[in-house]
Amino acid sequence: MSINTSELRENIVIKFAGDSGDGMQLTGSQFTETAAKYGNDLATFPDFPAEIRAPQGTLYGVSGFQLHFGSTRVHTPGDEYDVLVAMNAAALKTNIKNLKPGGTLIINIDGFDDKFLRLAKYDKLDNPIEDEKLLSNYTIHKIAITQLTRKALEDSGLGIKEIDRSKNMFALGYVYWLFNRKTDFTENYLEEKFSKKPKIFEANIKVLRTGYNYGITVEAASSTTEVQAAALDKGIYRNIRGNEALAYGIIALAYKTGLDVLYAGYPITPATDILHELAKHKNYITTFQAEDEIAAVTAAIGASFGGGLGVTASSGPGIALKTEAIGLAVALEMPLVIINVQRAGPSTGMPTKTEQSDLLQAYYGRNGETPLPVLACNSPADSFDIIYEAGKIAIEHMTPVMVLSDGYLGNGSSPWSIQDPDLLPEIDIPFANQDHIKDGKFMPYLRDERLSRPWAVPGKKGFEHRIGGLSKENETGDVSYDPENNQLMVELREQKVENIAEFIPEIKIKAGVEKGDILVLGWGSTYGALMSAVTDCHDQGLKIGFAHLRYLRPFPGNLEKVLSQYQNILIPELNNGQLIKIIREKFNVDAIGMNKVQGLPFTKNEIINKIQDILKSE
Amino acid sequence: MKTRPGQSTKGVSSPSKSYASNQEIRWCPGCGDYSILKQVQSVLADENIPKEEIVFISGIGCSSRFPYYLDTFGMHSIHGRAPAIASGLRAIRKDLNIWVVTGDGDGLSIGGNHLIHLLRRNFNMNVLLFNNEIYGLTKGQYSPTSPLGTVNKTAVWGTIDLPFNPLKLALGADATFIARGLDIDPLLLRQVLKRANQHNGTSLVEIYQNCNVFNDGAFSVLTDKATKKDNTIVLEHQKPLFFGVNNDMGIILDGFSPRIVKLSEVSENDLWIHDEEDSLKATILTRFFDNPENDGFPRPLGVLYAVNRPTYEDQLRGQKKMAIEQLGQGNPYELFKGKNYWEVK
Ligand code: SF4
Repeated sequence: MSINTSELRENIVIKFAGDSGDGMQLTGSQFTETAAKYGNDLATFPDFPAEIRAPQGTLYGVSGFQLHFGSTRVHTPGDEYDVLVAMNAAALKTNIKNLKPGGTLIINIDGFDDKFLRLAKYDKLDNPIEDEKLLSNYTIHKIAITQLTRKALEDSGLGIKEIDRSKNMFALGYVYWLFNRKTDFTENYLEEKFSKKPKIFEANIKVLRTGYNYGITVEAASSTTEVQAAALDKGIYRNIRGNEALAYGIIALAYKTGLDVLYAGYPITPATDILHELAKHKNYITTFQAEDEIAAVTAAIGASFGGGLGVTASSGPGIALKTEAIGLAVALEMPLVIINVQRAGPSTGMPTKTEQSDLLQAYYGRNGETPLPVLACNSPADSFDIIYEAGKIAIEHMTPVMVLSDGYLGNGSSPWSIQDPDLLPEIDIPFANQDHIKDGKFMPYLRDERLSRPWAVPGKKGFEHRIGGLSKENETGDVSYDPENNQLMVELREQKVENIAEFIPEIKIKAGVEKGDILVLGWGSTYGALMSAVTDCHDQGLKIGFAHLRYLRPFPGNLEKVLSQYQNILIPELNNGQLIKIIREKFNVDAIGMNKVQGLPFTKNEIINKIQDILKSE
Repeated sequence: MKTRPGQSTKGVSSPSKSYASNQEIRWCPGCGDYSILKQVQSVLADENIPKEEIVFISGIGCSSRFPYYLDTFGMHSIHGRAPAIASGLRAIRKDLNIWVVTGDGDGLSIGGNHLIHLLRRNFNMNVLLFNNEIYGLTKGQYSPTSPLGTVNKTAVWGTIDLPFNPLKLALGADATFIARGLDIDPLLLRQVLKRANQHNGTSLVEIYQNCNVFNDGAFSVLTDKATKKDNTIVLEHQKPLFFGVNNDMGIILDGFSPRIVKLSEVSENDLWIHDEEDSLKATILTRFFDNPENDGFPRPLGVLYAVNRPTYEDQLRGQKKMAIEQLGQGNPYELFKGKNYWEVK
């Protein structure tokens, strides 16, 4: 017997939660890829413990994967879940508070024995899955996932450990059934992944189908749920993670410019995935795993000196180590792209959690007067555009450029309208030529109308020159301690960066009104939450607008004008108030801050509440 | 025959003056750096390397001013990082002739990590380590090569830090070429520099350099006419080890222990024969003077060790070539698209 009623929903937030060894990340990403295949818009939020294999069953060992998918535009992974899959007691305990009343709760009852209850700090007399009051709020699917998996594989010849490892496939199969989705995509994936381990492949497929069929046979739900394809703009799409998009953007830079790109990195969470991705593509770029963060950035500088494009990435603590060298690149006026996939600080902080607290570091975190352009991506897919734009600025304006992403963007994914690299904007490479020779001598600091200097690469006869970190005479580049010249060079470098404002797009109101009571101004990964919150408030009739900065230094030329159109400026940030300091200093406006430093993104409701508070207090 | 970067292409050499830049040299008068600069210029000329193909990269310190005085490409970078900068440059530019100029503070203290990693990777470049056993530019603090008990501004009670033996350290990092020269022995220094330049891999040349302002005479026992012959030994490949003011002293290897002998007491055939490719012997040579039991041993000069091992950049190119053959180098659109894409019409 099969169910033929199907409920149509615009969008769904689902959370898979289990032990870090339960394969929740794989389950979540497989469900995501399938949702993408079905044409849904989506946003993901993987949330995993800092420990690689945290002890089984513990609260701090819970690994989660949250996905919001829909037939309308999706901007955030969602505040609350419609569906929660809890593989054990700890997963339930840490997540139940975010399950919507009336939501669907899928429980692996085998994860609720005495041992699991104790580890999750539940009293064994208070087993939550027997708590009628708690459960009455939700639609409950209690399934003995571990037992059913073991039964399905009893003849597989696999050991119990291996068998238990595939129970996530049961949950995935079951959820596929619940949302009327085929298991094909995951079956293909498994085939490829386990091509050399046919036994494991067969076991996974079997459990996946068992989970799916279990849904059909037990008729567990009164109806399944249908989420139709989203009406995205025309184009070819794929689902992409932020770090992957950064890697692809770097490949696009190499392809478009024809420059030798050297990507030099040192392993650090959550930036390492960029190196993982790029290491596969030595046909396009050169990757170099350096001995430390300093070597990574300096090797990149060496490559740029050699006429390639040096790129390096890290997270806050690693960027701190690179700062002296970034200062050198500012003084050398050399193209260099530095990516900071920010994480919660200070110091080692919470490496797997997100934060936006390195903006002031990017702005000011170097000795001396060392201005450089700062860009920030606002979605996983936008990371591709941002890194390409950063490379273009670095080359055309002969300057290091800092790109800010964060753990939430780097690990999260969103649909990306795939771009044909042949159609990306061209990049002019300011190589030195005869115009830069005066009296037979090459002038490495002879500036063009942008104030950027010529790039003379070793091997070019007649252009031999020495540059360094010591103060240099303008034009000749010779070492100079002349007081006036030093002031001139500091001002020229500052002006050079300011001039970039003429080459970047103006800031636009993304949602709401262009003049009104309140402007929400954001930057970076908060885009989705701010966008959804402002859209809701505007729908409710508030005179509210939303603008989001992708260029943080220099700011878009029209920013001051945009700010002047509103009574109040609200600047929500996942830090203790950083952009707000710069905005106040630069435009002398009394903006209102909203700050969160919990390692978690904003929820839409937090923003809406803040907006309402501001308007109430008026 | 294909020439390596840094190998002469013609029989004629260029005048060494043409490698000098127009910059006024700012080292203290009498500093050992002058002689080193001169020998380097002369080797570049002898080897007839086109100026535009040469890159000198340095860190911070007196020695690191070096690139300014050569009319080649150059970068005076930040403290200790020259090996890493040069590695990045070499990773994408196999064609250049690259030199790193560093000192005992720059290369062994603040930049020690980069130096050992450069050596193990074996990027092709020449590293000139000016060892003056002192910090000169900051005016006289003890360095990682200052002998135990050195008394100076930051070691008022004498140093208690066991000094590094740079060449021993380099061997520990599996260097493929180590050599030692003296600032004031131009002939030997030129020979060593030439060999270093011709070596395909990282060549580490330790150059004892007199800082006549803050550590004058640190190496006088090795350089003064009266003591030099008894205290140094110039190594030559496949030649026996003998030394001494009358060339009457030799060294034999007794198992793994070196012993000094009078030539009158042994036949020349029993002497230790220098073999540049023998890493065990090279290890013993590097330890001649840092082991108190070996007191009285002469300081080895010349090429201690030279072997061939694939360079990092050659292996990197091999991998790139393979990747290009397998994956192509065209428009990466298909890569971006992946397998799991969909179309919105
Ligand atoms: S301080 Fe010493 S090493 Fe430095 S330039 Fe003067 S003499 Fe040479």
